[in-house]
Amino acid sequence: MSDKKPISSVNDFVVRFANVNGSGSASANELFARAILRHGVPVSPRNIFPSNIQGLPTWYEVRVTESGHLGARGGVDMMVAMNPQTWDKDVAGIEPGGYLFYDSTKPMPSTKFRDDITVIGVPLTAIANSTYTDPRQRQLFKNIIYLGALAALLDMDPKLIEQLIGEQYKGKEKLLSSNIHALHLGRDWALQNLKCPTGLRVKKSDKVGDRIFIEGNSAAALGAVYGGATVCAWYPITPSSSVAEAFTSHCKKYRHDAATGKAKYAIVQGEDELASIGIVIGASWNGARAFTATSGPGISLMTEFIGLSYFAEIPAVIMNIQRAGPSTGMPTRTQQCDIIACAYASHGDTKHVLLFPEDPAEAFEFAAAAFDLAERLQTTIFLMLDLDIGMNHRLCRPLKWDDARQYDRGKVMTAEMLEEGRDFGRYLDVDGDGIPYRTYPGAHPTKGSYFTRGTSRDRYARYSEEGTVYADNMQRLVRKFETAQDLVPRPLQANAERPTKYGVIYFGSTAPAMDEAIGLLEARGHQLDRLRIRAFPFHSSVASFLAEHDFVYVVEQNRDSQLRQLIVNENGIDPVRLVPIVHYDGSPITARFIAKAIGDHQDHLKVTPLRKAVS
Amino acid sequence: MTYIAKPKFHHPGLKKNELGYTHRDYEGKISTLCAGCGHDSITASIIEACYELSIEPHRVAKISGIGCSSKTPDYFLGNSHGFNSVHGRMPSVLTGANLANRDLIYLGVSGDGDSASIGFGQFAHSIRRAVNMTYIVENNGVYGLTKGQFSATADRGSKSKKGVTNTDNAIDLVAIALQLGATFVARSFSGDKAQLVPLIAAAIRHKGASFIDVISPCIAFNNHAGSTKSFDYVREHNDAVNRLDVLVGRDPISVDYAPGSVQVVEQHDGSKIALRKIDADYDPHDRLGAMTFLQKHAAKGQIVTGLLYVDPDAEDLHEHLDTVETPLNRLEADDLCPGSAVLDKINASLR
Repeated sequence: MSDKKPISSVNDFVVRFANVNGSGSASANELFARAILRHGVPVSPRNIFPSNIQGLPTWYEVRVTESGHLGARGGVDMMVAMNPQTWDKDVAGIEPGGYLFYDSTKPMPSTKFRDDITVIGVPLTAIANSTYTDPRQRQLFKNIIYLGALAALLDMDPKLIEQLIGEQYKGKEKLLSSNIHALHLGRDWALQNLKCPTGLRVKKSDKVGDRIFIEGNSAAALGAVYGGATVCAWYPITPSSSVAEAFTSHCKKYRHDAATGKAKYAIVQGEDELASIGIVIGASWNGARAFTATSGPGISLMTEFIGLSYFAEIPAVIMNIQRAGPSTGMPTRTQQCDIIACAYASHGDTKHVLLFPEDPAEAFEFAAAAFDLAERLQTTIFLMLDLDIGMNHRLCRPLKWDDARQYDRGKVMTAEMLEEGRDFGRYLDVDGDGIPYRTYPGAHPTKGSYFTRGTSRDRYARYSEEGTVYADNMQRLVRKFETAQDLVPRPLQANAERPTKYGVIYFGSTAPAMDEAIGLLEARGHQLDRLRIRAFPFHSSVASFLAEHDFVYVVEQNRDSQLRQLIVNENGIDPVRLVPIVHYDGSPITARFIAKAIGDHQDHLKVTPLRKAVS
Repeated sequence: MTYIAKPKFHHPGLKKNELGYTHRDYEGKISTLCAGCGHDSITASIIEACYELSIEPHRVAKISGIGCSSKTPDYFLGNSHGFNSVHGRMPSVLTGANLANRDLIYLGVSGDGDSASIGFGQFAHSIRRAVNMTYIVENNGVYGLTKGQFSATADRGSKSKKGVTNTDNAIDLVAIALQLGATFVARSFSGDKAQLVPLIAAAIRHKGASFIDVISPCIAFNNHAGSTKSFDYVREHNDAVNRLDVLVGRDPISVDYAPGSVQVVEQHDGSKIALRKIDADYDPHDRLGAMTFLQKHAAKGQIVTGLLYVDPDAEDLHEHLDTVETPLNRLEADDLCPGSAVLDKINASLR
């Protein structure tokens, strides 16, 4: 340790845990992240895991960020290297001046270290083995022992960790005390044998506020509960399975009839994605709110049904937790790569509504809204999450619900309306908004029945192969999609301090990295107005934003700049003015990446940063 | 084309059922299938069975896939909602519909291409999930709408109209349904309305997954010598194990049979099936026996028909999921939304 001064930072650093999956490290690592939150310091943790259950490398990264930057930062200040398999790469990944924490029970040759980092060895295995006899306990408590040692090294308040453990093992006295014992074993050893704290420190703050810490998939599932979903059909696929699992557990808590104990929901694990979407469409056709959760390969399988939903006008909600494709791709890595696949899913001319939540709070809101939109528009609504939002805990504003809110069940012609003699044409545009009325099966003995089909038919649902009749219907579907523009969440615009010719468009999980990147770019003198798109079809403000700027960067996490393609296609604008900024290696996009890419392009445009011009 | 509406007039003296509906109230549009198609006889049998059971026509949801058979729901129960869905996917759509509203009667109509090929998986899984439905396969061993290709139920060795011999083994949907736990399993023949009508009626009254495989010759592409699904072949090889009457608290659906030993099966809803045994040893409560019996007779080239298996006390998917009695599609925000107070607590637990 000579070349480089150790990094010194309070409440602003990245700790990465390198573990072997199946070793029980996940809960200890999560405890670490939560403990920092309890100090009032925001954290942004991310799981980096393989498509495997036991034995392969897995990482957990915690960004400690007093300033509240919740995107991935890139770089590692302290590596907790618990996996010999990935040792070399893990050590190489530490920032110069950073810290390496490792299990020093077995001596390591000096060639395995670096000169420019601080090496901290704790004999974790030795401590665990001398305390516990059961092999499983030795493994599990080793994780808590390193947590204890880190608490000392990072100057964390042990009381706060004890409190968390107390909440976790409430009523399980034995587990509680043994965990706290293990925590102190590690902490005491570090205090007695190491220089504590290191340059990296956690200091109590008040930057967390009333924010909550939740995974996007769980929040989306809760949105489905609040939004009135009663039927869920799904097929297991990473990273979406935890949506259905969370929906199941939320329903068990909140959806049983108080008097009878019976379920006010039905969840079916389908035999595949075809069955899942088929069940959703059958249930929605019959007037229930239904959804499925899936990922890219599932979307591919569902496309025939999605076309039916579009053409026969049957509500459906599909939550797509995107992962890196194509094909099986990188099933446990994040991307925003199904934009085109979902926007135009299925054969023939189709267009679908997409919602892009930025975090769990919006995932909750948009999930609930998706059911209103699906029934209002009588079509498929995609909730476009991704692995980064879905499977990581994210700090976000508390979830809110207005008790006065009623569900928008859309245009449903009831038995009473039919009895009054209202003209019922299943595909008749009575209001000029492209949205026809529907009836629920069994509504009336003699009126309002119709035959639902994916084949062409007239306004009264009578089979027809007449070209004009077909075209009339297809035009109405276009009108309906135009109506959707004003029903979906609008884009949010934030302007730079000074007027600028440059803008940036982004969406979904890119948001926290983008917000941070704006600061970095401003520091370099680049001013950018920004527009966060929250839905497709695009609101007219997207076209205005494009018109107001010479160049607009479109930042997204896929190779082919799919949102940009969609904007170009739907707005008919000159593609040259839309500059793609793409990140698609499966890791979450970072502020550093965005700032560099946009900054370089600005430099390439020979934009003289304002500050330089002034000086 | 399936848009030809039937004239609504009927003879004023037409017989009415318990609910005051005439036979005509159970009809649909005019069939556009080929003249003499077996499927039209099945349509007529469905109409007859629903009339006899005094079902309110609009309380039936008729769901199908794609193909000749799947077009037929337009030809019966014109006041019911119908759903001509996606090829091979009737079972999932029906399952979803059933979950949304447990109070309707679900009639799934499919074909052998729809259920034994493209939709084999969905057929299997809807049966094993015990969806409360009547699943009818109109089985002609051939793809009619695309002009005569073999389907997966075509027997090995049978000949196509063009003279090609089928070398693939046939899928017996009845055997599969038995193996997967269907609680009402029957096979019949579109040319034997006397057997088919009460089978459909009993299947509708059955709670749980009812499956009926109806051999239904394709007059255009599979009614020639060398076919094992032709009218002549099926008549010659039909081996009925029983005939039945359904009793629903009024006159039984009367059909004329020679008297035989009668076994009465009471279903969950109180309706009774009077089984007139033809094969004295055949026990329709013995699933394993039924499977063996079918295999043995199939090996001899015989087509076993009748009520092959019934479990009168079957459970259905709603019981397995323990859902509320109120149809899920009638629940509103007050029933479904936990509200802001609960959400505040959830928020508090996430800090």
